[in-house]
Formats: sequence, structure tokens, C-alpha cells
Amino acid sequence: MNTKSIFSAALIVAALAATPALAQDSGTLKKIKDSGSATMGVRESSGGLSFTLGDGKFAGFHVDLCERVLADIRKQLGMSQMNIKFQPVTSQNRIPLMQNGTIDIECGSTTNNAARQKDVAFAVTTFVEEVRIAVKANSGITSIGQLNGRNVATTTGTTSVQLLRKHERANGVDFKEVFGKDHADSFLLLESGRADAFVMDSQILAGLIAKSKTPGDYKIVGEILNVEPINIMMRKDDPAFKKAVDDSLIKLMKSGEIAKIYDKWFMQPIPPANVRIGLPASEATRAAWANPNDKPAEDYAKK
Amino acid sequence: MANWDWQVFCKNTIDGEVVSSCFGSGGDITYLDWMLSAWGWTAAVALFSLAVALVFGSLMGILRTTPSRGLVFLGNAWTELFRNIPLLVQIMLWYHVLPTLIPALKDVPSFLLVVAALGLFTSARISEQVRAGIQSLPRGQSMAALAIGFTLPQTYRYVLLPMAFRIIIPPLTSESMNIVKNSSVAFAVSISELTLFALQAQEETSRGIEIYLGVTALYFITAFAINRVLHFIEQRVQVPGLIAAGGK
Repeated sequence: MNTKSIFSAALIVAALAATPALAQDSGTLKKIKDSGSATMGVRESSGGLSFTLGDGKFAGFHVDLCERVLADIRKQLGMSQMNIKFQPVTSQNRIPLMQNGTIDIECGSTTNNAARQKDVAFAVTTFVEEVRIAVKANSGITSIGQLNGRNVATTTGTTSVQLLRKHERANGVDFKEVFGKDHADSFLLLESGRADAFVMDSQILAGLIAKSKTPGDYKIVGEILNVEPINIMMRKDDPAFKKAVDDSLIKLMKSGEIAKIYDKWFMQPIPPANVRIGLPASEATRAAWANPNDKPAEDYAKK
Repeated sequence: MANWDWQVFCKNTIDGEVVSSCFGSGGDITYLDWMLSAWGWTAAVALFSLAVALVFGSLMGILRTTPSRGLVFLGNAWTELFRNIPLLVQIMLWYHVLPTLIPALKDVPSFLLVVAALGLFTSARISEQVRAGIQSLPRGQSMAALAIGFTLPQTYRYVLLPMAFRIIIPPLTSESMNIVKNSSVAFAVSISELTLFALQAQEETSRGIEIYLGVTALYFITAFAINRVLHFIEQRVQVPGLIAAGGK
């Protein structure tokens, strides 16, 4: 490689770095009205919150809520019809895709924390996740204290990995961590006995157990290790759009409708396999519905 | 995103505070410490796998050129078995499926399983190169060696292999660089290497672009270092006038 090509490569990199994020002055409401469509960021597999039905169709608690929110926005904007597009996102690309305007509203399983609030905005909290432990029912494990020196599975690329590390540091315990490449893989580690416990969001654990070959062999035990608000995500600095989304959600919370929607996705059998997750709304989730707010995870940890 | 934040590498992995020296102390580590240790795992997986791949690949490649039909079949079967199954599937077979058939494998560290999987996968490719290298030599070479009284092993040791290996250094270089990049599949079986670090650290720091750029640079440096080492070896062992190996 000669100096010239290195130099031009450096120029390209510099040019890419200098390109500002897409201008956001127009606002999402205007964008939706002008284009007649809204793009919803969705997840392929986020438990009952957001998942694919195949064929480019998506469903789940948050997808359901977003569809209702967008219907309200359509009325508010006086549009006769609105074309709702689905864009599958991952935990790696959801924030960049929101910032560059590819998606207008993300209805997945994004934790609302202070670091992310610098980049994006969140609607009022609609779901509060509790991190817990799944074990084999006959293992006799009932608390995280019993896991010292044992194999603990969790999934790469989740906040649970950091949570375990902090727990080890704070309590002077030592877990042998095994990382699954995705949730199904982590569950396989528990199933095959390579791990004694699987630490993860309880709605994901409940979903995996429900779908396993023998759901009776597993149970969710122990203390709540962490509480995190999971919110619908929007672009930052767009108060008109945030207000429209929040108003619509608060209306569902005040009327009690949100509890029925929750019931539909977490307590009733859901497609595609028609199994029921069986996770009643937690205390914290119901508290968030009673007092709508968009506080980040850090505020929950203080309590 | 135009606003880089390279400080992310100096953050403590427990509380996310920036450490002034960029390296942790007293049991705490920063993301930079973690990335360097992940680099070590990547290098370890790649180098051990390369050793396994060279040993088995050379052996199987040689078997495929011998006069014995049984040995040729063994070498061919080995090569086809390991190169026709996707690498990630092989890793999963070693990690999840074989231990259910052979319970003793459950206690084998996943590092060894991944070295076996990646090493044997690559051995199939090296076996093909070794075979091609030997068969590229004129048949008269081995006939002449046998005619002057060399045994078959001596023919390989003193006549065929010294030339064949010189010829296949360029494809072996590519293969050695590939093994560094392929080692990224080790994240799937819980080896704390660069890809696992990238997936995890970008989630924790929300600074994916900086993290991925750092990891990319380390992969590049590792692969390029292997390229330079093999290039050096290629020049050191070249025999002037020998086919293909000379160059100039």
C-alpha cells in the first residue's frame, strides 16, 4: 500500500465521521404527514414484547401499543390513512437507525437508561422488567447466594452480563459465567446442564420455559436482581411527537385498557406456537401505569 | 455519529467511570484492559487452531497422494467431512451435540473444543492445499527418488515435501490469516475473545462505533502480522530457480 492510498482512505474515513446526523428539524409528525407513512422498529424475538410472526408480520405487547398510538396520531393529523411499515432492528443498530431517520418509533425491548437518553427519547414507561434466575426445578437452588462457584449462564450483549459482574464485585462471590450467543442458546446451556442457572429478564425466561419441551422442569426463583424500565423509543428533541405518543399511552393507562392488552400478550396463548408466557404484570409495571413517567433505569436502582 | 468518544476505552467496567491511567487497578478493569485480554484469547484460539490445522492438514494431504487406496480414502473422507459442514455448525456440534453422546466431553473446557473445531475445519482446507502442492510436482520426481532406493517416507521427507511446502506458502498465508478471522465464532461457545467483547461492550457503553473500530484494528493487526511473518519465511526458505517459489 502506498502513502497516497492510505491518505485517501484516511480522507474517506474523516469524511464519513464528519457527516452530521440527518437533520431533524422537520419533526416526526411532519414527516409522517408528508410521507403518509410511519416506520416502526420491531424485534425478531423479544419475548412477548415484540416478535415476528413470519412473512414480514410482527406482533407483541409493544407492537400492539404502537399500532394504537399511530392510529391516534393518524386521527390527530387528520390523515385518511397511514401506511405502517415494519423495520426489524437489533440491539446493535436500533439507536443509529432511529437517529438517521430509518425508523420513527421503536417498539421492541429497549431499556430506558441515562446513557441512551443522551441519544434518543423514550415514551412513558409501559413495561418494567425484572431480572431473575431460572433454574431446574429439582436443583434446590432458591437464591443467588447459592450460585457461588457454579456455572451461571447469560446471553452475550445483554445488560445481565454487567449485572452479574457488579454483583460479584459487590458481594465477593465468584460465578463461572457461560455466555450463550442468544437467549435460545443460553437456555440450551441450562437444559443440557452446562449451566446451573440462567440469569435474564423474567419475561424472556418465562417465554423460553413456556416454549421448552418440559416446562415443568424449570422454575424462576430468587430475589429480583435488577429492575429496568422498557420503553417505546423515539427520536430526541421532538417534543410534539413525544407528547402525541405519551398522550395516547397515558389514555390507555388511565382507562385501564393497557392491562387488557398486557393480558392478551402475557397471559393468553400467543402465536405462532400458541403457548402462553404466563407472566402477570409485576408490581413495578403496574406502578408505572398508575403514575406515567419516563424515568431512566438509574432512578429505579436508587430505590 | 460525528462525535467520537474514545474515552470509552478508559471506562471502568464496573461503574462506568473514566480511569485516568486508562488501565484498571486493584482487581478493577477498564474496557481497554478487557479488550487487550480479549485480543489474547483471539490470538490463543487462532494460534492453537493453526497448529492443529497444520498437523492434521499436512498429514491428510500427504495421505491423499500415497499409492495406498485405503489411505487416500481416509484422507479424502476427512477432507470432505470437515469442509462440507459450516464452521458455526461444527462448533455447535462439538459444544452441544458431541457431549450428549460422549458425556466425558462435558468437562472439557470450551477453549479446547473450539480449538479442535476450528483446527479440524481448517485442516480440511490445508489438506487440499498440501495435496495440490504435491501433485503439482512432476511425477518423475517421486519415481526418480524411489528408483535410487529411497523408501516412500524418505521420498516424501527429502524430495516431495520440501518443494511442495515452498510452493503452497502463499495459499497457506491466506489460510493462516483466515483462521484469525474465523476465530470470531468462538464467541458462540463463551470464549471471551474480541467478538464477544465487541458485542458486550457496545451494549454496556452505547459506544458501538468506537468499540467496533478498536476491535477491527486489532483483527487487522493480528492478520497482517501473520501475513508478514509468513512472507518473511517465504523469502528465507526460497530456493533460487525452484518452480513458483522463486518469484524473482
